[in-house]
Amino acid sequence: MGLEYVKISPGFEKYMPRDYVDLVKFGPFGKKVDVMQLGQFKELVEDHPMCAGCYMAYFIRIFYTALPNPEDTIVIGTAGCARLSLSQAAVPFVYGNYGDTNAVASGLKRALSIRFPDKHKDVVVIAGDGGLIDIGFGMTMHSWFRKEKFTTIMVDNEVYGNTGGQESGMSPKGVQLKMAPLGKKFDKINAVELAKVAGCVYVARLSPTNPKRIAKTVRRAILAARHFGPTFIHAYTSCNIEYSIPTREVLADARNREKKDFKFYEWMTDEVKEFLEEVERKEREEVKR
Amino acid sequence: MPEQRVVEPEYLLLEAPRERKFITGSQAFAEAVKRANVDVAIAYPITPQSETMHLVGDLYAQGYVKDYYRAEEEYGAMSAIAGAVRGGARAFSATSGPGLLRGLEAIVSWPGHRIPAVLGVMTRVVNAPLSIQPDNVEIAYLLHSGLIVLHAENQQDVFDFTLAGFVISEKVDVYLPVVVATEGFFVTHAKGYVDLPPEDMKLPPRDPYKAPVPPTDCEIPPARIQRDAPVQKSNFMSYLIHAVWQQEVWSANKRAAKWIKHYLGGLIEVVNPDAEVFIVASGCAAAQGREAQRYATMEGLNVGLVKVKSLRPFPTDEIREVLKNAKAVIVPEHNIVGWLAKEVKASIPNSGIVVDGPRVYGGMTLPVELIMDEIYKAFGIKKEKKTVV
Repeated sequence: MGLEYVKISPGFEKYMPRDYVDLVKFGPFGKKVDVMQLGQFKELVEDHPMCAGCYMAYFIRIFYTALPNPEDTIVIGTAGCARLSLSQAAVPFVYGNYGDTNAVASGLKRALSIRFPDKHKDVVVIAGDGGLIDIGFGMTMHSWFRKEKFTTIMVDNEVYGNTGGQESGMSPKGVQLKMAPLGKKFDKINAVELAKVAGCVYVARLSPTNPKRIAKTVRRAILAARHFGPTFIHAYTSCNIEYSIPTREVLADARNREKKDFKFYEWMTDEVKEFLEEVERKEREEVKR
Repeated sequence: MPEQRVVEPEYLLLEAPRERKFITGSQAFAEAVKRANVDVAIAYPITPQSETMHLVGDLYAQGYVKDYYRAEEEYGAMSAIAGAVRGGARAFSATSGPGLLRGLEAIVSWPGHRIPAVLGVMTRVVNAPLSIQPDNVEIAYLLHSGLIVLHAENQQDVFDFTLAGFVISEKVDVYLPVVVATEGFFVTHAKGYVDLPPEDMKLPPRDPYKAPVPPTDCEIPPARIQRDAPVQKSNFMSYLIHAVWQQEVWSANKRAAKWIKHYLGGLIEVVNPDAEVFIVASGCAAAQGREAQRYATMEGLNVGLVKVKSLRPFPTDEIREVLKNAKAVIVPEHNIVGWLAKEVKASIPNSGIVVDGPRVYGGMTLPVELIMDEIYKAFGIKKEKKTVV
């Protein structure tokens, strides 16, 4: 049904919430919006209760702008900071149990593929480092082994932010956090390499310093997942509270990490590369026309 | 695979001609799935359940089930079931004992998520020391979660409860998951007579739009645009919403009673309603209770049987009515905690007449003689024990 489902039945405009009417009129449904147009259209996520200066909130804002097909996208999350804004976006959101995202997404994507074999219904998991690499590790890995056709995005703040700042498997070695009173004793887990080994067909790592590149990466990951298999983005989304990064410094911190361990990295299989080049070539031609 | 035609649930469950087969409980589960028009089945091995999901895998290979896979473990399996059902599919899985407990966090969230699905539970010891034998203490964990819980006595019940389970689960005024529990090995690996409707018939497909909660498929207007998630916050509105939601889950659970009566002939079955002494039992214990009732009748003792088919919704009123003139109630069980005895005691005003047991656990069989001993005690009959060495 896609676009039809966001439309308002004639005569009901005045009864629908203002926000809804604005979304249908000025939102990104059925249009191609570019991240550089932010501020010129109604965004899928606006208000959220995340902390001032939260870089995860910024990343999620760009993520929603980049969706290739927002009217046919379902986002899946789990406990953690991200779901605070994911649950307030104008895109269906499934919040299941602890660390279950990639299992829920597997079932959901398969059901949608059975029921709508001729349509693209994009399923995207956005969860934190704890949800995907600690408690949900087995389900994350096995969804990749099984070649499930959805995108997993890890918003890595290197800490359990929402439960009060505990060490996660993605915290850097040596960092002193709650539940790591003497500092973390092992290395940050190499999620990108795990994703490649486990069978993801598109893998990227980024620090959100360049909105155009974030959007392009998200878009590529979602398009590739439709046809070829699991895709993964590892995004650094700092926790300015637990890591005591002054609000004004979060971008500088992201740039700093980009120079160190979050240098932009993108890997894809040859067939995905060929597919994306073709898609992007056609898009450029359309723009010219 | 034969071409299957869709028939109405009423016809398939209540009217279609049936043919008698001699099959195991695992086969009975699979025969139900075969006729249930299942979209997605998700498996994970655990004894004694595994055989059921092997057979369901064969159904997938033959084309009866549209999608099937072996999950990473039960938490993953049960979470994926939730995902598939949210996506509008009809789904089935099965597990046992430790597997049930591993998947429990996901399973007990299904009622709140309003996930209509059917889960087979083939009971098995869950406590250490390890054992794979039947012991149904795990059912106690399911009784307080909002799930509909049916307890099958034999292979025929397994078939009927499972097939009807899909229909009851998807009723708009119910929309809750149905657990069909039965004792591992005693039922799953033993053969019994099962009257089966023809295999070229199946239930209508699930209609996910005939629902109190729409599927998550981006097809139902208005779009879900939730700008301020009201739950999961620490304020009075969120507490209220959660409280009301729980009340609705339990109301829906109660509303399932009429459908269980309609499709399965009642929440309980009563043998000899005018008895002085009753055996109240569910699952395999009901089969042994049935034998004890027969022996007692042959000995001229006025004993009745109440078989509890539905543990949730629990037949409180029905049990109270049947037991109103009973002078003793014997509750044989396959677990040490006596969850059924507690339920029965809570259902009647004179709970002192309830005998706690006999109980067997750890996988032991439940000899009819143990129940007979309690019957003799209830009638004040002294029997000499013969010991044969």
